[in-house]
Amino acid sequence: MKHTLAVLVENRPGVLTRIAGLFARRGYNIESLAVGETEDPTVSRMTIVVEGDEKVIEQVTKQLHKLVDVIKLSDISNEENVDRELILIKVNAEPQVRAEIMQIVDIFRARIVDIGRNTLIIEATGDSGKIKAIETSLKPFGIRELVRTGKIAMVRGPKVKNGKNNKSLSF
Amino acid sequence: MKEELGKNMEVKQIGDCLKNYGKGEVLTGAEILLRALELEGVDTIFGYPGGTVLHIYDAIYKCRTIRHILPRHEQGGAHAADGYARSTGRPGVVLATSGPGATNLVTGIATAYMDSVPMIVITGQVSVPAIGRDSFQEADITGITLPITKYGYLVKDVRDLARSIREAFYIATTGRPGPVIIDIPKDVTLAETEFYYPPAYNLPGYKLRPNGIEKELLETVELLNKAKRPVLYAGGGVISSQAEKLLTELAEKLDIPVTCTLMGKGAVPDTHPLSLGMPGMHGTVYANYALTECDLLLAVGVRFDDRVTGNVKTFAANAKKVHIEIDPAEVNKNVAVDLAVLGDAKEILSELLSRTQEQKRPQWLAQIDEWKNQYPLKFGQSDNGALKPQFVISSINKILEDNSIVVADTGQHQMWSAQYIKTTRARGFLTSGGLGAMGYGFPAAIGAQVANPDALVVAVVGDGGFQMNLQELATAANYNLPVKVCLINNGYLGMVRQWQDLFLEKRYSHTDINSGPDFVKLTGAYGIKAMRVQRPEEVLPALEEAKNTKGPVVIDFVVEKEENVFPMVPAGKSIFEILGR
Repeated sequence: MKHTLAVLVENRPGVLTRIAGLFARRGYNIESLAVGETEDPTVSRMTIVVEGDEKVIEQVTKQLHKLVDVIKLSDISNEENVDRELILIKVNAEPQVRAEIMQIVDIFRARIVDIGRNTLIIEATGDSGKIKAIETSLKPFGIRELVRTGKIAMVRGPKVKNGKNNKSLSF
Repeated sequence: MKEELGKNMEVKQIGDCLKNYGKGEVLTGAEILLRALELEGVDTIFGYPGGTVLHIYDAIYKCRTIRHILPRHEQGGAHAADGYARSTGRPGVVLATSGPGATNLVTGIATAYMDSVPMIVITGQVSVPAIGRDSFQEADITGITLPITKYGYLVKDVRDLARSIREAFYIATTGRPGPVIIDIPKDVTLAETEFYYPPAYNLPGYKLRPNGIEKELLETVELLNKAKRPVLYAGGGVISSQAEKLLTELAEKLDIPVTCTLMGKGAVPDTHPLSLGMPGMHGTVYANYALTECDLLLAVGVRFDDRVTGNVKTFAANAKKVHIEIDPAEVNKNVAVDLAVLGDAKEILSELLSRTQEQKRPQWLAQIDEWKNQYPLKFGQSDNGALKPQFVISSINKILEDNSIVVADTGQHQMWSAQYIKTTRARGFLTSGGLGAMGYGFPAAIGAQVANPDALVVAVVGDGGFQMNLQELATAANYNLPVKVCLINNGYLGMVRQWQDLFLEKRYSHTDINSGPDFVKLTGAYGIKAMRVQRPEEVLPALEEAKNTKGPVVIDFVVEKEENVFPMVPAGKSIFEILGR
């Protein structure tokens, strides 16, 4: 099963290396990892999607928790959450197919952000299902280049996962 | 005020003393380092000079309170700091220059990390503007040591130095101890700032756990009350938390036999009637049988290492398992347990002691005695009059005193030492358990001797491992450190040869090292007393003579070449499938 971990870390050089190194060394697979500053500039938040059974996830979370730079960690897979990913796709777009592509873009409420002679760059945001769907729909035109951010996620409702002083997940 | 600060103070007390300490005084980075080490109660640094630590050495030159020991290789320094730390419980401090100096520390750091030894590693680094340019003697040592340190600092601004050192000591010595590295660029050692040693820590991601929650303690007590055949399985964590007395008390009060791992050796005296000796691959038959037959396994400060458990599926398969542990990540890592009590072993054991009633388990102990009688540790007599290594090692017991320290290197002699040396106190037996680093024993013994100048320190080494760090003979001679080296010399890389013998039809691929040197002559070249012993009747007199010699001594025990370590559980087998019982 895929698990989504919200990890608050010190915003310091070398922290990403520590986290990535931990995954590599202990043989865990990162599906995606997105990182950026939070409302507190000394703290970054990572959203890590990791594949594994309960045992693996237990080890992953405990090992992550052990890192001095990890302030807080929550597995939000089983909580109601909003998750988003952003994708940029450069797709072949000869003049005769542009209308068709624009229709697809409309359906997915995506945006065209650049027009080249024979290409378009399309920007879309959404959950992984939508991102996958738009990629599939555009594939027949010929995808020249594709880049995605990896998933970021936030729990619905008043619950807050950020902040250095909040209660952490206990084991 | 400096005098008030010491090794026995609580973190908070130190913090109180430090408020406003040294405020206003402007010091260089190098001076700040030395001042901070003094404040942390450091009395010894094992270090090797070099270009990027030039200014640090200049500060050391002027420092009156800290003793500097110069090993002859940085690896020797790292192991010595480790031996210092294990024998005292205080953090060992090692210092090296950038690049090769730092990379030479790596084996020593990994050894300390695997065995949870508190250590402060200080390395020089090229100046900040030169970092990342493949400068002369540059190595990314914080990167290299990432997986083998508890934490690491690359201090690029002198204003961060004092705080980093303070945090480093705190992290290295609290919770599950471990090595912490502080990498200091050369220009930072020369830069100046106002010295301020912060009394408090700002480490929101580093939390220590509460000691055992009520519910878990109650459940453990209930399991202890119900158990018919309990076993205590005690490891290095007991020694780290200084819980050995409480563990022994608990074992006695509840009449529970105890098996101490290699790292836990001495937690309960080997001579104690409830002691089962070491478990696992080269453990005693009775320890392994007890683990297999027990109905309650109370594991304290252990990590269910594969050398202990053998096949995890059959390990203590009939037992309820309770794990008392400070590191949550160790729980359910290798073996699933029924209950985890998280926290400091000392606190938890003390709770358990006060909550349990005295018990007697005559039946269970009778069963164990039967196993002890049926399958004792044993070795034969050789027919050709050659020396048995086990005989040599058991003879060492005859010269040991209460405060003696035995340091074993890695290999066959390490396992024989674990089996035959009677350790009667915590910190009386040191060895590289997790990493199994050959070359550890001799320099670690030097570190232990520096920390315990009046104790008899015996290094048991093989002819393979000794050669990995025998340059440290110069260190022993230099400081006249009276380490007694018992060289178990069989002309082989014995443990590998044993596996080749048992599992690869005696194809002794590159394990024959019988080409010398002549260790007596070699030791003589360093001006150190040396003896060669080849016959059983010479063993004890040689050991006595070594003990009565003021300085260091090397005894070259030429032993039977192809002796194997038994009992043995082949790798991956169940611990009751024992060869050579």
